[in-house]
Amino acid sequence: MTLNQLSLDQQAVLMLAAMVLFTAFAMLAQRNLFTIISIFAWQGLLLALTTVLVANISDQSHLYFSALLTAALKAFFIPWLLRRLVAQLGLTREAEPAFNITVILLIAAALVVFSYYIVLPVEALATDLTRNTIAVGLAVLLLGMLMLITRRKAINQVIGFMTMENGLFFTAVAATYGMPMVVELGIAFDVLVAAVLFGVFFFHIRSSIDSLDVDRLNRLSEEEK
Amino acid sequence: MTALLFLLAIPAAGGVLLAFFGHRPAAGFANVAVTLATFAAGVGLALEVFANGSLFSPGRMFYVDAFNVYLLALTAFVGFTTALFSQRYMAHEYARGKLGPRAMRLYHSMYQGFLFAMLLALSTNNLGVLWVAMEFATLSTVLLVSLYRTPEAVEAGWKYFILCGVGIAQALFGTVLVYFAGHRVLPEGQDALLWSELYGMASQLDPTVMLLAFVFIIVGYGTKVGLVPLHNWLPDAHSEGPTPMSAVLSGLLLNVALYAVVRIKMLVDPSQGTALAGHIMMGFGLLSFLVAGLFIHRQRDIKRMFSYSSIEHMGLMTFAFGLGGPLATFGALLHMTVHSLTKSALFVATGHAAQIAGTQNIEKIRGLIRTQPAVGWSLLLGTVAISGFPPFGVFVSEFLLLTATMQQQPWFTVALLVGLVVAFAGLFRHIQPMVYGEAPANQNPIAVNTLPITIHLFLVLLLGVAIPPMLTQWFDQATWLITGQRLL
Repeated sequence: MTLNQLSLDQQAVLMLAAMVLFTAFAMLAQRNLFTIISIFAWQGLLLALTTVLVANISDQSHLYFSALLTAALKAFFIPWLLRRLVAQLGLTREAEPAFNITVILLIAAALVVFSYYIVLPVEALATDLTRNTIAVGLAVLLLGMLMLITRRKAINQVIGFMTMENGLFFTAVAATYGMPMVVELGIAFDVLVAAVLFGVFFFHIRSSIDSLDVDRLNRLSEEEK
Repeated sequence: MTALLFLLAIPAAGGVLLAFFGHRPAAGFANVAVTLATFAAGVGLALEVFANGSLFSPGRMFYVDAFNVYLLALTAFVGFTTALFSQRYMAHEYARGKLGPRAMRLYHSMYQGFLFAMLLALSTNNLGVLWVAMEFATLSTVLLVSLYRTPEAVEAGWKYFILCGVGIAQALFGTVLVYFAGHRVLPEGQDALLWSELYGMASQLDPTVMLLAFVFIIVGYGTKVGLVPLHNWLPDAHSEGPTPMSAVLSGLLLNVALYAVVRIKMLVDPSQGTALAGHIMMGFGLLSFLVAGLFIHRQRDIKRMFSYSSIEHMGLMTFAFGLGGPLATFGALLHMTVHSLTKSALFVATGHAAQIAGTQNIEKIRGLIRTQPAVGWSLLLGTVAISGFPPFGVFVSEFLLLTATMQQQPWFTVALLVGLVVAFAGLFRHIQPMVYGEAPANQNPIAVNTLPITIHLFLVLLLGVAIPPMLTQWFDQATWLITGQRLL
C-alpha cells in the first residue's frame, strides 16, 4: 500500500505522527528548561489534534472528550504547573549541564529504527497506517526513556516521564481508537496525581540536598562507603 | 456481589475519612477498625465464591474467581494485621517526634488508599483498570516511602517513583497491544480489554502481537514484582519507609504485581501454543532468585536484608509459574500465601527490633532475646520459617516446587537448591548475633503488639503441618483455572 491510497485524514494522522516524533527529538536536543517545557506543551497539543482527527475518522464520539482532556491536561495544565515550579524554585536560568547532544540524537535515531524493526514483523498490522503509528508511539516511549536516563535535572526527568506517557497515549489513540472511557479517565487521573506529586517531590529534594541535580541523590547503594 | 462492593467501598471511604482525622490519637484504632471491616467483607466474598463459583459484576467490570478471591482475602487479612502493628508502631514514632500530625494524616489516609488500589487491581476484570490500579498503588505509597524526609528517604521515594513509573509505562504499552490484538477478535469496543472475554478467545489472538505485549508486560509489572535487573527501587523503598509500609509492600504489592503477570500469561499461552512466555518467566525468576540470595550476604541494614529475601522469594514464584503444570502452580500459589504471611510478620518483628535498638543497622542490633524475648524469638522463628525449615509452610511449598522442577526440568533443581542454601546462610549469619548475645547497656524493652506475628506464624505453621481441606480445594480450583488441570 502506498501513501496516496490512504485517505486525506489518514495521511494527516501520519503527518501528525511525524511531528510528535519530531518534538520528542527537539526536547532531547534542548538544554534550556523553559524551551523544553514549551516543546512539551506543543507535543500535548499535537496529541490532542491527532485525537480529534482519529475521532473524526472512526466516528468514536468519546474521543472528542478525550481530546479535550488531553489538551487541557498536557498542553496547558502540566506545562503551566512545571513553569510555575521552575519560577518558584528559581531555576529560570539553570540549564542542563553539558552533555553530548550529537551522541544522544544518534542514539535516538537508532531507537526509532529499532522500534520499526520490532513492529515490522507483526502481520496483524496490515495497514501502513497502524504499523507506522505503533512504531512512532513506541519510538516516543523510548525517546522519553532516553531523556529520563540522560538528564540530571529532576524537572527534565519528569518531562521525560511525561513524554513516555504521551507516546503511550499516541499509540492507544492511533492504533486502537483510544482505550475505553473508564480506562482513559483512570489514566488521566493517574497522570494528574503524578504531576502534582512530582511538584511536591521537587521541594522535598531541594530541601534535602539543596539542589535539583539528581546525581547528588546517591546515598543509597550497595557499595561500602 | 454486595460483599465485593463493601470490600472496595470500605477502604475508599476510610481513606477519605482518615485524610481529615488521621492525626488524631484514635486514628490508629480507626485504621484497625476500617481494615477489620474490609477483612470481614473479604471473608464474606470468599465464602460466596466458594459456595457459588466465579462471580461477575453487572457490566462485567469485576470478575472474581478462585484465583483472585484467595488473594483478595489474603490482602485484606494482611492489611488488617499490619494495621494492628501499625497502631503501636506509629504511636511510638509520633511520641518520639519523628513524625508530625500532617505526616500521620497522610500515612493513615494513604494506607487505606493503597489497600483500595490493591483490592481494585485484584478484583477488576478490565486490564486497563488493572493498570490504573497498579499505578495508583505506586502513587499512594510514594510519599509514604519518603515520609521521614531524610535525604535517604527522599532519594528512595524518587527512585521508587521514577523506576516504577517507567516500568509501569511499559506495562501500559503492553496493555494497549493486548487491546489491539483483542480488537480484531472482539470488535465490541470495551470487551477487548475484559480479561474473561479475551480468555474465551485467547487461541485466536494474534501470536506476534501477544508475544510483544507479554514482553512489555513482564518488564513493566516485573519491575513491581522486583525481578532482577529491575529491582533497584525495592530495597531502598523498603528500608527507608515506615516499617508497616515495608510489610504491606513486601507482603501484598509484590503478590499483586505477580498476579497481573500470571493473568496475562494465561492469555498469551493459548495464543502462542508454545511455552515461550513460561520460559521468559523462568529466566527472570531464576536470575532474581540467585542474585538476591547473594545480595543478602552483603546487607548492613536489616530491612534491606529482608527486602532482598522478598526478591528471592518472588523470583522463586515467578520461576514456578513459568514452569507451569499443576504441581508447580499449586506450589507457587501456596508459596505466595506463606511468603506473604511470614514476610509481613518478619517486618513487624524487624520494626520492633529497630525501635528497641534505635537503628536499622545490623551491626548495632544486639541481644534482642535478652532485652525483650518476645521480639527476639519472633525474629528468630520468622527467619527459621522464611528460610524454609520444617514444620513451617514455606518448607512445604518449596518442597512442592522442587519436586515439580525435578519432574519437568531436573537440572534446574541444582540451581534452586544452591540458591536456597546461599539465602539461608545469608539470613542466619546476620540474624544470629542480633538475637543472641549480650545486649548493649541502656537497651530497654518497648510496648509491642505481638498479636500479628503470633497469628501469622501460627497460620504458616498450620499450613506446614496440615492444610485445611477447604484451603486445599481452593488452591486446587485456582490451579485448575490457571493450568487447566487439577492436582488432586
